[in-house]
Amino acid sequence: MFRTEMMEVNMGPQHPSTHGVLRLALTLDGETVVDVKPIIGYLHRGVEKLCEHKIYVMVPPICDRLDYVGSASQNLGYIQAVEKLAGIEVPERARYIRTIIAELNRLASHLVWLGTHGLDIGAMTVFFYCLRDREHILDLFEAFCGARLTTNMFRVGGILDDLPAGWVEGCRRFIDMMPPRIEEYEGLLTNNRIWLERTKGVGVISAQDAVSWGVTGPMLRASGVAYDIRKTEPYAAYDQMEFDVPTRPEGDTYARYLVRLEEMRQSLRIIRQGLDRLPAGEIRAPKLKTRMKAPAGEVYHEIEGPRGVQGFYLVSNGGETPYRCHFRAPSFVNLAAIGVMSRGGLVADIVAVIGTIDIVLGDCDR
Amino acid sequence: MSDQVIQNVIIPAAKVGLLLAVMGGLVAYLTLLERKILGFMQLRLAPRRVGPRGLLQPIADGIKLLIKEDVVPDGADRGLFLLAPILSIIPAFAALAVLPFASTPFELFGYEVTPYITDVNIGVLYVLSITSLGVYGIILGGWASNSKYSLLGALRSAAQMVSYEVPLGLSIIGVLMLAGTASMVGIVEAQRSSAWWFLVPQAVGLFCYFVSAVAETNRLPFDLPEAEAELVAGYQTEYAGMKFAFFMMAEYVNMIVVASIATTLWLGGWMRPFPNVEALAFLDWLNWAHPALSGLFWFSVKVLLILYIYIWLRGTFPRYRYDQLMRLGWKWLLPLSLANILITGLVLVWRNP
Repeated sequence: MFRTEMMEVNMGPQHPSTHGVLRLALTLDGETVVDVKPIIGYLHRGVEKLCEHKIYVMVPPICDRLDYVGSASQNLGYIQAVEKLAGIEVPERARYIRTIIAELNRLASHLVWLGTHGLDIGAMTVFFYCLRDREHILDLFEAFCGARLTTNMFRVGGILDDLPAGWVEGCRRFIDMMPPRIEEYEGLLTNNRIWLERTKGVGVISAQDAVSWGVTGPMLRASGVAYDIRKTEPYAAYDQMEFDVPTRPEGDTYARYLVRLEEMRQSLRIIRQGLDRLPAGEIRAPKLKTRMKAPAGEVYHEIEGPRGVQGFYLVSNGGETPYRCHFRAPSFVNLAAIGVMSRGGLVADIVAVIGTIDIVLGDCDR
Repeated sequence: MSDQVIQNVIIPAAKVGLLLAVMGGLVAYLTLLERKILGFMQLRLAPRRVGPRGLLQPIADGIKLLIKEDVVPDGADRGLFLLAPILSIIPAFAALAVLPFASTPFELFGYEVTPYITDVNIGVLYVLSITSLGVYGIILGGWASNSKYSLLGALRSAAQMVSYEVPLGLSIIGVLMLAGTASMVGIVEAQRSSAWWFLVPQAVGLFCYFVSAVAETNRLPFDLPEAEAELVAGYQTEYAGMKFAFFMMAEYVNMIVVASIATTLWLGGWMRPFPNVEALAFLDWLNWAHPALSGLFWFSVKVLLILYIYIWLRGTFPRYRYDQLMRLGWKWLLPLSLANILITGLVLVWRNP
């Protein structure tokens, strides 16, 4: 009697809540999502090919521009891969500073995630609170290296320079300030009935699905798998830090929210330990040439970025530039699971799911 | 001109003109107030570049909207597309006709002028029926735009407004039972004997009314029709320039209207707090000028208070999902407002058998 048909809606690439230039081809039955296909590539810059034409020390600034929200982690991962390839030992002080910076960056990234995730679900104020606090982290970065977003603070064999005078004290002030601020976000959201209704049971992904889709990072841990590269294969100075890997069994958006908030607290804990134990000494490995050559071979190095496992695969044929680069982007892999997480939900859930996956399209498209 | 013409045509027309002009300005400045309050809540500065402390910002916004290109999308139903914003703004303004801003008439050139446009004996019914017409503008706007986002927004909006109409209407009935009249002036007068007006005996009714009214006016946490994160801007997506401004104005006039209705029905309209306590007569401090001014003062204070709560909600809450919104309306507000009517009736019978 009546003719019913599915509605095809294009969400993005210009859309307020797709976090960049993501395009989702939605098939809707009324308000219910029947199918969702992420279409990516709008921000593809050919970074991997570009790296083959740069000498090793020219690549880190490009890495910064992959995941620009968590640029320090990208930088760290690539540089550690080069160090692994060339067999360079990094002095202890540099390893500590790297850890502190990486954790500060994780905190900044999680703050952006919380703010935008809240904004997508309609909680406007959280966004401004989060960016207010992220500003302090960016100020610390600026004091250290002069840049705020794409920082490029690490060098092959160490770090850019020693910490400026007063930086450690400024960092301490920041980590003393943060715990009450995190309480503030929790006060706005954690027990808010509307927030609970919008996030509990939304975008559920089981531990098995998460593992088979290759999902990593907070998303995997919120499905109950305690997998964290910082624990399993410690890099930088993580082997000397005490911290917990928060997990939740539910695997829904609310669980991921709680896991990330707890990670923010753990990051503060790591930074505090790093500042307390910061050893004196050298910050660069001695005698490194600018146009360094890495011995022929290949290397794969993984680190735990704010969004998940960031992998860096380098092949060298003994020359001045990498022969082949490949970056494993957590945004890309996690985004692939969006179908599993949002089929059968409502249109409004799509927005919550995009927010909770915490994608950065620069990372995703490379 | 005969007195008859002046009394029945000229004076009401002048009042309507004045009210439209004042309300237009108020709406513009309500947007500024909202941005200022949100800025204060969100630790930012809010507009402050245009004019002293940003006070000319609404005028700049108005000029910007006026001189914008007026786009009608390809494939849109041109007639309906133009009609929709008008259909949405007319009922919003029309509802203002029966709001009693103050009671005492004043003399002007020898004619007695009441400080409201008119008082009809079915004032409440008039407001309810007129405001529910606003949904046509939204549906037609969404349909005529020929855009999927607009259509989804309009569908949501229709379902939402029709659903919340029910608890909205039922929540008012308790007040009508206590007042024994549907005239807006009569309802305010009926609250004179109570210290806290109808606020205390009808608190549940006010709660139901307020929640439904927020949903009726499509404000956060119920702003699904225009949920910017999902549907870009809902039914307004394809609108630009003055047509968009009409939708915005309708939304803000509606906010003022529902706040005024809440003030009239529950918060004693133009009356000061404790209208039955003689010792507090000094609260009517504007009486030295004219009692109507004093009434207007208290009316505005109460309306502003409710508007502040509106903006506060927007600063605090996330947005409901469509199905949750429906559940709240039908499963919670409807039974609650029905229970309110039942209990009010029982108490009335018990008091005067």
